[in-house]
Amino acid sequence: MKIPLVYNVRSVLQRPVSTALTALGIALVVAVFIGMLALASGFRTALVRTGSDRNVLVLRRGADSELSSGLSRETASILAASPHVATGADGHPLVSPEVYVLIPLPKIFDTTQVANVVARGVSDQAWTVRSNVRVVAGRKPESGRSEICVGQRIVARFPRTGIGETLRFAGRDWSVVCHFAAGGSAFESEIWGENEQFMPVFRGQVFQSITMRLSDPGAFAEVKRALETDKRMTVDVHRESDFYVQQSQLLGRLLRVLAFLITGIMAIGAVFGAVNTMYAAVASRAPEIGVLLTLGFHPRSVLASFLLESAIIAAAGGAAGCLFALPINGIVTSTTNWASFSEIAFSFRVTPGLLLAGLVFAVVMGVLGGFFPARRAARVPVVQAIR
Amino acid sequence: MRYLPLVLANLGRHKRRTFLTTASVALALFLFASLRTVVTTIAAGAQFGSARRLVATNATGIVFPLPLAYAGRLRALPGVQAVSWANWFGGRYGDGKRFFATFAVDPASYLDMYPEIVLPADQRDAFLRERSAAIVGRRLLDVFGWHLGQDVTLQGTIFSGDWTFTIRGVYTPSDPVINDDMLIFRHDYLDERMNRAGFAGWYILRIDDPNNAAGIAKLVDDQFRNSSAPTKTGTEQAFNASFATMWGNVSLLMNTIGMAVVFAILLVTANAMMMSARERTGEVAVLKTIGFSDWRLFGLVMLEAGLITLTGAVLGLGGAKLLYRATNFNAAGFLPGFDVDGTTLAVGGAIALLLMLASGLVPAVRAARLPVVQALRHVE
Repeated sequence: MKIPLVYNVRSVLQRPVSTALTALGIALVVAVFIGMLALASGFRTALVRTGSDRNVLVLRRGADSELSSGLSRETASILAASPHVATGADGHPLVSPEVYVLIPLPKIFDTTQVANVVARGVSDQAWTVRSNVRVVAGRKPESGRSEICVGQRIVARFPRTGIGETLRFAGRDWSVVCHFAAGGSAFESEIWGENEQFMPVFRGQVFQSITMRLSDPGAFAEVKRALETDKRMTVDVHRESDFYVQQSQLLGRLLRVLAFLITGIMAIGAVFGAVNTMYAAVASRAPEIGVLLTLGFHPRSVLASFLLESAIIAAAGGAAGCLFALPINGIVTSTTNWASFSEIAFSFRVTPGLLLAGLVFAVVMGVLGGFFPARRAARVPVVQAIR
Repeated sequence: MRYLPLVLANLGRHKRRTFLTTASVALALFLFASLRTVVTTIAAGAQFGSARRLVATNATGIVFPLPLAYAGRLRALPGVQAVSWANWFGGRYGDGKRFFATFAVDPASYLDMYPEIVLPADQRDAFLRERSAAIVGRRLLDVFGWHLGQDVTLQGTIFSGDWTFTIRGVYTPSDPVINDDMLIFRHDYLDERMNRAGFAGWYILRIDDPNNAAGIAKLVDDQFRNSSAPTKTGTEQAFNASFATMWGNVSLLMNTIGMAVVFAILLVTANAMMMSARERTGEVAVLKTIGFSDWRLFGLVMLEAGLITLTGAVLGLGGAKLLYRATNFNAAGFLPGFDVDGTTLAVGGAIALLLMLASGLVPAVRAARLPVVQALRHVE
């Protein structure tokens, strides 16, 4: 027969301080666990959302990032003429040959610190090719003028990026004519201008990448083979979504490893705390346990009951940890993505899945910490205990 | 100290609890030391830089090169003693999973510029003699099991194609902040292969007087202000610091986690101390009856807490120090010179004392204030 749950709840309430301290310890571990994974998840999400699986990204063969790539105008026209490219409403092929460079911009809160920000020169089609990009204020830059559009994550963090202001880089003044959103993706940490304007001031007659919309997204493998074996050029063809996921891997993996390492060590400490608490609970309740056993409760029930008690304390701690971690959801932070060497801003993402993982983690800690004390409880020698 | 046996006996009564609590403290301080060392290592990297070295980069951005023709003009500037240059070479070895930095440098002037890169004389000569020669850090050599004279082939990501270098030297940095995880090869080899002479990633200048650093930097920038490639010149330290700031809010993150860890363990220790004290109410009353003063009892509880936290501190902090030293850890080249420093050990020790106070205080005060008669009533 099972021991009623209310017995555990009442027992827990008998020693509130000790229980609260143990639960709070577990809460902190869970909060750090969720917080660090929210960071990793936010970073990854920003990059995952950047690419579309309907687009392909073409780089020079062997280049591992847009920065290290270089493609000629000739390559751009070969690609634009490819039969696999979708056509826009105006009849132009949806191709955007792009200039991709990093420019140093001083940060708003400390102008002695500079960040490497992506400046991307795009074609007029880019705004259609990248379906997640949307102008939220102002108007698109006009062709042939020194105008730029600034990603909305840049705006708050760098000075002189408001609409109507001029930003100086590469020896020229650029007027900011719009801000754009891109669904929380890495594009929001970029500055966009026209490729023909960026080309002469940066690296001369060369594009860094070419992005195009496929007319048939299912035909990716065929397109990849056709373009990569084309003798007129030496290129690598990536699915845009895969490319950005891969760009997130170096730092994303580092963050996840750190999260598990740090919370793993913390968890051992918290489990030790739970072990102490539960042993003390078992020791101080030995007579009660004796009575329970005399009443005919099976030792297995006693074991289950104490395990459950430990799990309940831990789950309460886990729930508190989730509450501690919730406020960080949405906080914007920034770091350098070492895979692309550019600074990217993203927000912490506390997902329901992470909260659930935190709770499960807490319960696991509780069960681990409660097992040996519970086994001790089940083995209490009845006669001695009741005396 | 007369009472040490008594305290030890008390600790020995619940051996498991004492062990678990000490182990939690040790783990917490190990974690604390590791996290703080990440912060201090990044900071040390940002601090590094000789006061007599300036770095000139392209004002448009670090990814843009500067004409090689600048070298002569820089050398001619007053106050400039020596000029060298280097270029970032994005290289991938094997499957590319183990990343390391690769630079193309002007060999003779670069080694003169950086006496911190220690290379045996014969290896230096070999590097200067052979165009396709490269030198590698000791760690890199060990990681891949390379040996002197071996040909290694890298795939260029910026400069495409396969690049084969012959390892002619193994350097050891005299300053731990310098990465021993790099491959350095000759700039003229790069020029020859690319069929283009003349671009440097950045210039390094040695100046005669550190006090003139700002003036000389301005002189350099003025010199090229109206050229197609204007420069941005600053001290080597500022150059390194700009890389350190790229980590963003890492320091804040590490410190926050460190605090959470310490606080979580405080709860564990405090709980353990309180449990021990509660079980001993009767004994404390007996001790009082036979003449122990309130203060002495207070001290006994504190001593007990202190023994636990300080033992934990010695294990945790010492463990971190020894572990990172023994494994020569550097986070795969990201954190060169990773070593738990003296300040971290001191702060860790202070935290252990704080843990002792915070966890011992409540039970100690309780023991001191215990009303004897009432407590003895419960003694069986």
